[in-house]
Amino acid sequence: MNETLTIRTTINGRKRTIDVAVNHTLLDVLRDDIDLTGTKECCVVGECGACTVIVDGRPMNSCLMLAVEIDGKEVTTVEGLELDGELSALQAAFLDESAAQCGFCIPGQLMSATALLAENPDPSVEEVQEGLAGNLCRCAGYEQITKAVLAAAKGVPR
Amino acid sequence: MSAQSVGSSPRRGGGYGRVTGHQEYLADIKLPDMLHVKLVTLDVARARINSIDVSEAESLPGVAFVMTAADLPDPMPRFGPQFQDRPVIADGETKYHGEPVAAVAAETKDAAEEGARRVKVDYEKLEGGIFNVTDALAPDAVLVQDPSLRGDSPFAQTNVIDEKRFGWGDIEAQESDLVVEDNFQFPMVTHFAIEPHGFMAAPTGDGIEIWSTIQHPYLLQKIMAKMLQLPLSKVRVHAPDPGGGFGGKQIPKFEPLVAFMALRAGRPVRLVLTLDETFQQVRRSSAEIRIRAGFTSEGALTFMDVETNFLVGAYVDIADRVVSKSSYAAAGPYRIPAVKIIGRTIVSHTTPSTAFRGFGIPQIGWARESLIDEAALQLGMDRLEIRLLNLARYKEAFIPMEEADGDWEQTVRTAAKRIGWGDPLPPNRGRGIAVGLKSGPTTGLSYSTVRLLYDGSAMVYAGTSDMGQGARTIFAQIASDELGVPVEQISVVMGDTAVVPYDQQTSASRSSVLMGTAVQRACFDIQGKVRAMAAELYGVDEAAIKIDSGNLLLPDRDVAIVDAMQQALAPLGGEVIGNGEMRKQKDPNHPLGGTAAFFEFNCTASEVEVDMETGHVTLVKHVTVGDVGRSLNPQQVTAQDDGAAIQGLGHTLMEHYIFDDEGRIRNIGAIDYRILTSMDLPLEMHSESIENADGPGPYGIKGVSEGSLLVTAPAVAAAVREATGVLIRDLPLTPQRVWEALQEAKDGS
Repeated sequence: MNETLTIRTTINGRKRTIDVAVNHTLLDVLRDDIDLTGTKECCVVGECGACTVIVDGRPMNSCLMLAVEIDGKEVTTVEGLELDGELSALQAAFLDESAAQCGFCIPGQLMSATALLAENPDPSVEEVQEGLAGNLCRCAGYEQITKAVLAAAKGVPR
Repeated sequence: MSAQSVGSSPRRGGGYGRVTGHQEYLADIKLPDMLHVKLVTLDVARARINSIDVSEAESLPGVAFVMTAADLPDPMPRFGPQFQDRPVIADGETKYHGEPVAAVAAETKDAAEEGARRVKVDYEKLEGGIFNVTDALAPDAVLVQDPSLRGDSPFAQTNVIDEKRFGWGDIEAQESDLVVEDNFQFPMVTHFAIEPHGFMAAPTGDGIEIWSTIQHPYLLQKIMAKMLQLPLSKVRVHAPDPGGGFGGKQIPKFEPLVAFMALRAGRPVRLVLTLDETFQQVRRSSAEIRIRAGFTSEGALTFMDVETNFLVGAYVDIADRVVSKSSYAAAGPYRIPAVKIIGRTIVSHTTPSTAFRGFGIPQIGWARESLIDEAALQLGMDRLEIRLLNLARYKEAFIPMEEADGDWEQTVRTAAKRIGWGDPLPPNRGRGIAVGLKSGPTTGLSYSTVRLLYDGSAMVYAGTSDMGQGARTIFAQIASDELGVPVEQISVVMGDTAVVPYDQQTSASRSSVLMGTAVQRACFDIQGKVRAMAAELYGVDEAAIKIDSGNLLLPDRDVAIVDAMQQALAPLGGEVIGNGEMRKQKDPNHPLGGTAAFFEFNCTASEVEVDMETGHVTLVKHVTVGDVGRSLNPQQVTAQDDGAAIQGLGHTLMEHYIFDDEGRIRNIGAIDYRILTSMDLPLEMHSESIENADGPGPYGIKGVSEGSLLVTAPAVAAAVREATGVLIRDLPLTPQRVWEALQEAKDGS
């Protein structure tokens, strides 16, 4: 068996104590150990952005972080964006702009965009494109995604 | 009355799950007590497998067993949509880099991976691997496929699977003022769906359940039933919405392997590929195209002669159909008195190619449109005018048994206007324009069931796979208008052969037209039933009741279909069920087995700026205009167009497999194989639809999902040529390739 460590972390607002294998990434633990499968696995080398989550306010590729690194930290995944059953402004804008096509990259896009707007609530087109450059979309809904982020930025904050 | 849904853009069906993380893709599904599978591959393309020692792997804690060819029936079961040539697992010899030789089943992913590392394969690299067309066609070439698998093919002793010959008229008899000829190449590129392929299987006692990221669940069901000698009713295929397909997920790959492993284990097993593994399993066919064409001094085409060698890979998959279908339309949308077309399907020791958006047309279109430009240059003609002059007009027969099904001139003129054709250009800028044509489906069979539920909501059952094109939304819109049920009260059920009736496949941009018609007919069936119920209820002659947009028009008043249904079914409740079928029959006289249901016609125009020092191409403006019949959901049509255009820009500017001389792909994965990011987009992008309601689908629609990448490459390359004066005949147009061409031109002048 793999060596494990016990970590204490907050995921989507819920405090958790989890035993994680020391060699497992945050992505492994989210998807396989605690069934938060909204975070997607694609390239596992930090290039595609499908596994992006927010750790202490920063967007991170969860495939490049060991799970033990989130000990004492706060993690938000796509499942944590809805608040009291209400979609976030970004989620709603993604629906309105048809930004989610096959949808597989969308959790990562949403997390990068959430982090971007937290840092820069009124970004330009170029700033959105740069902020999301690490999130590949093969349906290539980049135009729709950019529009959705700009629309959400202009909307009333939740 | 409900608002008209067709022509509007309601929120996407399945959209909520996609923005909340609740959408269940294959890899998100866990089966109780399942084993995890890891493939064992060799770092070589062509090798003889002498022996495989699984003992160390099988002794690891957590490893259940290792599957090799020795554990499968003898002779090795083989399968494929056209030829039964793909083995369940490599049998005695690997034929491409990444072909699995063993598969480890274990209790955990970690154990499976560790087990895979401990499988000892004794193999020797074989010389003579075939990695390009020239080697494949050499007289002493090693045969990629065993001739005994080739049946009575006249080509069985060669690496040619088949040679397609099409054409009309006598090309030698034509008088031309100008003849141009050239050779072009198109590289191997991969689909790169963000969701890697995945497969699961579970024995059910008297049958099997399969889960797959597949686009064609019913094809998979048929192949599995045949291989396991089970009735179709005992093979249940679950096909969760794929996370991107683009053709790469049409044809079964490792489903038979996981099925045999599940049967051996007596437990569910699951294999989810990594992105890197997926790179080694699916790609677009590369091609070498020789093309020659004659023109009058006025620019009218006199003949065209096209010969394409497609290098399809180790197993044929659906590639031979790619070759025939694209070859048949090789001459494009032009009026040409004489045409000669040859297309060859050539096997090699490389990743098996499969369907990929455009289905062979981007390869041939690249050559044809580039050659038309060369002719225009030599004739001193405008590149737009030469196309308009030769373009087939509406209803004109331009290929045997096919006629132009749209106002293509309007499409081309719209694109030209959008790009600013003829406007003065700044230095180092250029524009290009190209036209692309692809046959839609030549046969089809789609069934749909629609249930109008007592509360006035509805369920649509359709065997299409919604892989991002938005089929759920389209079907809901059709049902909404026909039944008068709001879109948001309609659920569309897909992806389970035990629940949803048969559909031939999700390919060739067919679903809105073919399945859409089946859905509409299922709604007509419900309308008829409710009309009969209303006639009895209201004491009216059935023939006197007309139906319009979800309403029954009685002689004295209008009643919503939903209201009439509720009154008729009270007090017990219940529902009204409708069935619809859409069949596009085979035509044995047609060289492709059937006429095109529609054509996807697209005009692509591009403006670029080239950095003469570095060879970097900046896309200043990119325009695609499609002849779509009618835009049933404008937002989704635009998304498909933009997406196709961006994918086309990928193979035009940056995507290609790089091989070493041993046939190993050297740029596997997201770091070394680049696709466009949000930073690589054209500075301006437009997609536009020509809507004349002249398509065969509901409300006059045609298929739309491929048009915008058919001729991306020639449009962009033509713009580069105008900006720089250099003609490039191979893709992608990387800065290095452009820079080298610029240097060569400089040195030569």
